Amino acid sequence: MNAEPILDVREATKAFGGILALNRVSFKVYPGEILGVIGPNGSGKTTLVNCITGFIRMTSGKVFFKGKDITRKPAHKIADLGLTRTFQIMRPYYSLPAYKNLVIPLFSPRARRTGGWRGGGRLGDRDTVGIDILEEIGFERDSFVPYKLASSLPTGYLKRLELARCLALKPEMIICDEVFSGLSMSEIASMVPIIERLKMDGITLMMIEHRLRELFRVANRVIVLNFGEKIMEGSPEEVLADEKVKEAYFGSEEVEEVMSHA
Amino acid sequence: MEASGNTEQRRKERLDRGIKVRTDSIYALMSMKEILYLLAPRLVLICGVLILPVAMPSMYWQRVVSIVCIYALLALSFDFLAHFVGLVSLGGAFFIGVGGYIAAIINTHFGLPPIVTIPAATILGAAICTILLLPCLPLRGVYFAIVTLMYPLALARIIEALDIFGGTDGIMGVASFANRWVEQYFMVIILLAFLFAMRRLVNEDLGLVFRAVKDNDQAVRASGMNVTLFKAIGVFIASAMGCLGGACLVHIYMWAGISQFALDFSILPIAATVIGGAGTLVGPILGCFILVPVSELLRAFGTLRIVFYSLILVGFIVFRSEGLMVYGQRKYHQFERWVRV
Repeated sequence: MNAEPILDVREATKAFGGILALNRVSFKVYPGEILGVIGPNGSGKTTLVNCITGFIRMTSGKVFFKGKDITRKPAHKIADLGLTRTFQIMRPYYSLPAYKNLVIPLFSPRARRTGGWRGGGRLGDRDTVGIDILEEIGFERDSFVPYKLASSLPTGYLKRLELARCLALKPEMIICDEVFSGLSMSEIASMVPIIERLKMDGITLMMIEHRLRELFRVANRVIVLNFGEKIMEGSPEEVLADEKVKEAYFGSEEVEEVMSHA
Repeated sequence: MEASGNTEQRRKERLDRGIKVRTDSIYALMSMKEILYLLAPRLVLICGVLILPVAMPSMYWQRVVSIVCIYALLALSFDFLAHFVGLVSLGGAFFIGVGGYIAAIINTHFGLPPIVTIPAATILGAAICTILLLPCLPLRGVYFAIVTLMYPLALARIIEALDIFGGTDGIMGVASFANRWVEQYFMVIILLAFLFAMRRLVNEDLGLVFRAVKDNDQAVRASGMNVTLFKAIGVFIASAMGCLGGACLVHIYMWAGISQFALDFSILPIAATVIGGAGTLVGPILGCFILVPVSELLRAFGTLRIVFYSLILVGFIVFRSEGLMVYGQRKYHQFERWVRV
């Protein structure tokens, strides 16, 4: 790729006490691509997301977003620049109906400024805009689902709500922390086209995943983390063929399953 | 609840009344009955509060009405901050004290009338309270409660030790309201205005952001919004109500002193919120209208007053822990029946 990277992570390191959760992880994400991040449990995937998006502070290393240093910026400033994230453990506003959940991101400075959602305020009612976004992400507009309290929604819809919250900000890049985990096969099957459409809309995606088969369907490139270190980077096929990756995932049925399909 | 026989069990089923469902949206305008169903509780409250000053038997009880209104403002501010922004505040005394002293200083030093000092003390006091509380806003947990409890204690001691603002004597000769009717109707109308304004605010988009901060501040940060800023706005609104109450208090008593930092102002609004129903906004006000007069009535019992007072509180917590208003709303909007399980 010859374009400028949209996200450039240089030697990201995070130590929790004596434990190195991330050890000099460097990689680049280019505009319009989908980068997959895989790794066994506890390999530092979520820590990486938290470090990039400012939810925890890196011990050392640098992060550049669109050429701008965002290493020590607070989380809301990073989101304001257009780099949003979903949470692995969903964080909806449980006491509000699903569509009212989107009023909050639509109220943010970025949503007001970008104005793509008809201003999200003065020019269009935030409730209406919220329902529009929800429909785009797979909530049936005419059903009762968008009007239900978030606390009574099933996991599949909560994952979508996480994505919808990001979309309300009109982001340039979304970091998805395990959007497929905890979903049934049919829910995943309906989620994949949504991811593909986001890509077509020109949004850069970085996807942390355990569901390798679905990830490899959509991802352009994959990086592999193990014990906080990047052990491999390449196309899905290259990653699957790599010996170190097989070793890291040794015994994991999923990889064997995917490999047998590949 | 009760098991008749060994196997058969019953439970209470609650269903919304038909009229409640019909009045949820634009259909409320269908007929007078529906409109009345919505308006009646509000009109009862508004009219009830408005005739209170006239209905009181003596000047003493009329003064109690004004004091109730000040406590009610504090309770409203507590309920808003605790149940809509997620900050548990023990700072009623802090807000009252700051607002009261500012009003007294402006009035005695510059000779400005209450019509100027009260709004000035409200805005200025709220700004000072917000700035003083700013350091603990990025933190989650009990820190905010502890700091709000600490400030009134500290400020009272500072005034005492440094002998500033009249020291232990306080600031005397503060102008009073034109007459007692102005005083009471000013208080009552301010209270109603703030009640309905707050009810509207918490359902506006800004109010939803406050509720989101309470529900889940991480998600608010991920939405590109500064959580501390919104907490500060919430604290400003709440402390403005408290400072307004404080400013009115010094004009009623014509005196500002360190007793305005007394912890009664912090504790009673919380007790009123427990009695009235947390998170309903109108409930805590109702709680104040019960608790403050009861405490006045109990004066006849001398020192036993606190015992009776505590018994009432414990009774409410044990038997009606949800609060009067939540109970009342349920009875009004829903019907109940026993069904077999």
